[in-house]
Amino acid sequence: MKAAVIVFPGSNRERDAVAALEAASGTKPYEVWHRDTELPDVDLIVVPGGFSYGDYLRSGAMAAHSPIMREVKARADKGVRVLGVCNGFQIITEAGLLPGALMRNAKLKFICRTVAMRVENTDSAFTAKYRPGQIVRYPVAHHDGNYWADPETVKRLEGEGRVAFRYVGDLGQADPAHNPNGSVNAIAGIFNEKKTVLGLMPHPEDAVCALHGNTDGKPLFDGLVEALS
Amino acid sequence: MSEPKNSEPKVTAELAATYGVTAEEYKLFLDILGREPTFTELGIVSVMWSEHCSYKSSKVWLMKLPTTGPQVICGPGENAGVVDIGDGDTVIFKMESHNHPSFIEPYQGAATGVGGILRDVFTMGARPIANMNALRFGSPDHPKTRHLVSGVVAGIGGYGNCVGVPTVGGETNFHPAYNGNILVNAMTVGVAKADRIFYSAAAGVGNPVVYVGSKTGRDGIHGATMASAEFSEDSEEKRPTVQVGDPFTEKLLIEACLELMATDTIVAIQDMGAAGLTSSSVEMAGKGGLGIELVLDDVPMREEGMTPYEIMLSESQERMLIILKPGSEEQARAIFDKWELDFAVIGHLTDTGRLVIKMHGKTWCDMPIAPVSNASPVYERPWEPTPARDEVSESVWDNWTISLGDTLEKLVACPDLASKRWIWEQYDSLVGGDTRFMSGQADAAVVRVPGQTKAVAITTDCTPRYCLADPVRGGAQAVAEAWRNLSAVGAKPLAITDNMNFGNPEKPRIMGQFVGAIQGMSEACKALDFPVVSGNVSLYNETNGEAILPTPAIGGVGILPDAMLAVGIAFKNEGDVILAVGETKGHIGQSLFLREILGLEDGPPPPVDLEVERRNGDFVRGLILDGLVASSHDVSDGGLIVAIAEMAMAGGVGAFLTGFDDQHAKVLFGEDQGRYVLAVNPAKLAEVEARAKAAGVPLTTLGRTEGTALSGRGGEMITIERLRKANEGWLPGYMAAAE
Repeated sequence: MKAAVIVFPGSNRERDAVAALEAASGTKPYEVWHRDTELPDVDLIVVPGGFSYGDYLRSGAMAAHSPIMREVKARADKGVRVLGVCNGFQIITEAGLLPGALMRNAKLKFICRTVAMRVENTDSAFTAKYRPGQIVRYPVAHHDGNYWADPETVKRLEGEGRVAFRYVGDLGQADPAHNPNGSVNAIAGIFNEKKTVLGLMPHPEDAVCALHGNTDGKPLFDGLVEALS
Repeated sequence: MSEPKNSEPKVTAELAATYGVTAEEYKLFLDILGREPTFTELGIVSVMWSEHCSYKSSKVWLMKLPTTGPQVICGPGENAGVVDIGDGDTVIFKMESHNHPSFIEPYQGAATGVGGILRDVFTMGARPIANMNALRFGSPDHPKTRHLVSGVVAGIGGYGNCVGVPTVGGETNFHPAYNGNILVNAMTVGVAKADRIFYSAAAGVGNPVVYVGSKTGRDGIHGATMASAEFSEDSEEKRPTVQVGDPFTEKLLIEACLELMATDTIVAIQDMGAAGLTSSSVEMAGKGGLGIELVLDDVPMREEGMTPYEIMLSESQERMLIILKPGSEEQARAIFDKWELDFAVIGHLTDTGRLVIKMHGKTWCDMPIAPVSNASPVYERPWEPTPARDEVSESVWDNWTISLGDTLEKLVACPDLASKRWIWEQYDSLVGGDTRFMSGQADAAVVRVPGQTKAVAITTDCTPRYCLADPVRGGAQAVAEAWRNLSAVGAKPLAITDNMNFGNPEKPRIMGQFVGAIQGMSEACKALDFPVVSGNVSLYNETNGEAILPTPAIGGVGILPDAMLAVGIAFKNEGDVILAVGETKGHIGQSLFLREILGLEDGPPPPVDLEVERRNGDFVRGLILDGLVASSHDVSDGGLIVAIAEMAMAGGVGAFLTGFDDQHAKVLFGEDQGRYVLAVNPAKLAEVEARAKAAGVPLTTLGRTEGTALSGRGGEMITIERLRKANEGWLPGYMAAAE
């Protein structure tokens, strides 16, 4: 699998993404600067976390209009897999690759902790290595992760199996207390219609080795390598 | 751009006094110049000779601290300390205060504190890998405390999270002595190759002086002077002297500087911190024994009509001064263009030894650097030793009337011991993917060196109530506890940075606290081979004559050969043997038990036996590195029983305790130093016991890990659930009360 990680000024989890991709695939991914207008020939594009352009406007809003995003959208249209994590989720949502918006956390504070999620759909390259309904734990680290979409869109996402991950309790229980940011329907991550684009707030790349004390994110990368090699 | 007024205010001794320059200091300045200074020159000298920049009250005492060792590559005097960690790698670190600004404007004050310390570290060529912070707030009952906690924490998070450096730990205390002067001490740790370290001494007459980073505005003018005076009720009016931070620009500046440092173009580099362009240009030229000429028209500015005085004293953030090799300007400029940062050649080095400042074709300052720097006053201020406290009377125990379970519940919920999860969850502790242990998981944070197996362990420590009761013991204890916390995760302690926070040094009692703390620290640093490699002094932490507790905050750094060898505090398994390492006498003076349960802040703090400290720490570290220990925790606030309660809460595994049967309660709560609690697999017990005997280390069996409560032969003391509820509940409950 060949992958590219897009780097914006203010990206800060690109090193984590590069390490996780390299560990899973054995190949170092390309790092592509935001001002570039061309992408190498790759199977996967990762838009990593951080504070692109400082996020002084709306999170991801400026990055969504950077030169490289035109190319990312063109590749996504052709079916190249795109993974947007945290700020990356905000950016690809702002860029129109996914519906909805990410608002300030319901409690208005930045939050960094490990959360439990249920894998809601394993019919994608991103989630194929998980069991349906499996409870996985990834860390979150964000200020603006409160997913919102209009009721029609939410209904469509739910109906089409496009909710990838949902925040739950450790035992899988649905409870507002386990929704860290107030997301509608406790949505943590969603797919596009073809399930070739995944955006999620939690960080699978920070849960891939013994050092992290948690390897629940590893199957996501292993699944991509298996599907795209 | 409009020209500055041609006539600056006329300088007189009276005007100088309003800038904190005493009559004697002003006379000295006149003698050096041989004429009356210009207004710009007065501004420059007022910051150069301020307490904050000149260390005039503390210098003679700081010289007494040990600062060398085989591991030390660069000690105090540079932007940060540099320590060898093997394989051609170094760790570069420093802790610095931003107390006064954080009290006036907590969000920006704390945020720019983080920004400043980050710059001190990456200036030297290091990629920052971890941030820590040591915070002291006033009484929870004080009307300002909640607002200050909220703002400081948001500021630290807002800055650190954006720059992408994990904030992995720290400490937070509350005490009424900080009601009018909170402490915000921020620490950054970075790593660099030993052959790629950058220093600040300028060299090469004619070499270009380059300004990079943010544009200069009027923010922060005279921040250093503010940090050198007591507060009064009108401190709120000083708000305009607090700087405003831009973490996004800082992130770009880190990446751009590290990219530039990978080329062969830099002669010297320094960040513009306190007193901005003044400090950086004077220090760089002064260290190189050269002169410097600046043309301020070329400084990137974001406000109209700034005067030379304002430009030289601005503390606008995210700026650096670089001396480049001649002819490399365009190569360097291209890097800063890529990162969309300002880059301007603003002057050159000269052989005159003078600071010359020009603007609008006119000279606004022309003064000799070395005579002014060297004449920077040094005071041997009078001091008096702190009187010794009487031992606590045995009769205090008669006032202990609540059960052990209730006592523990109250202790773990007291503001100093209560979980700080509400704080640390607002910090990104994981970015970079190298964090092994962060706050709450182990006695020291453990962060892997990027791309390697080895890891750096980091802790911040100080017990201010000990320092108030006995500054010598308190100073030694702060250093010893840092050393112990590093040993408790298995790390070899290497060196410390110190952040000396005290009251008004012009009062002999306060100066005596400073002198005592330095003496205690010095003894501990020598005995533990744990030298001071960087530091910062913050004096005048007083409001309306009320001083803070003496707070020599220690930031300790150690090294582990493999991040995965580190051990945390959580009980992990049922059936492990719980051991106490070190002798327990039951020293109750200045203990948290005494304060929180019996309402007394009495007695002397526990003695610190540095030989025993070293022996016990070396023993524990050896066990951990040989894989003999499942869980490890140092014994500090609250004594043995609180240490065990914390290990149980962290792991969700309880304990059946037999080691306290028939013991006086002081054994449970005493805060004797040099002790650890370990959990050891029974199969490894014989080996551990044999090693303890060989090393002459006292080892006591306290019980075994078991169940979901702390219990003993007398039955259940308290469940983990109840402990956690008390421990986790206090801070969120306190903060929510405001909302």
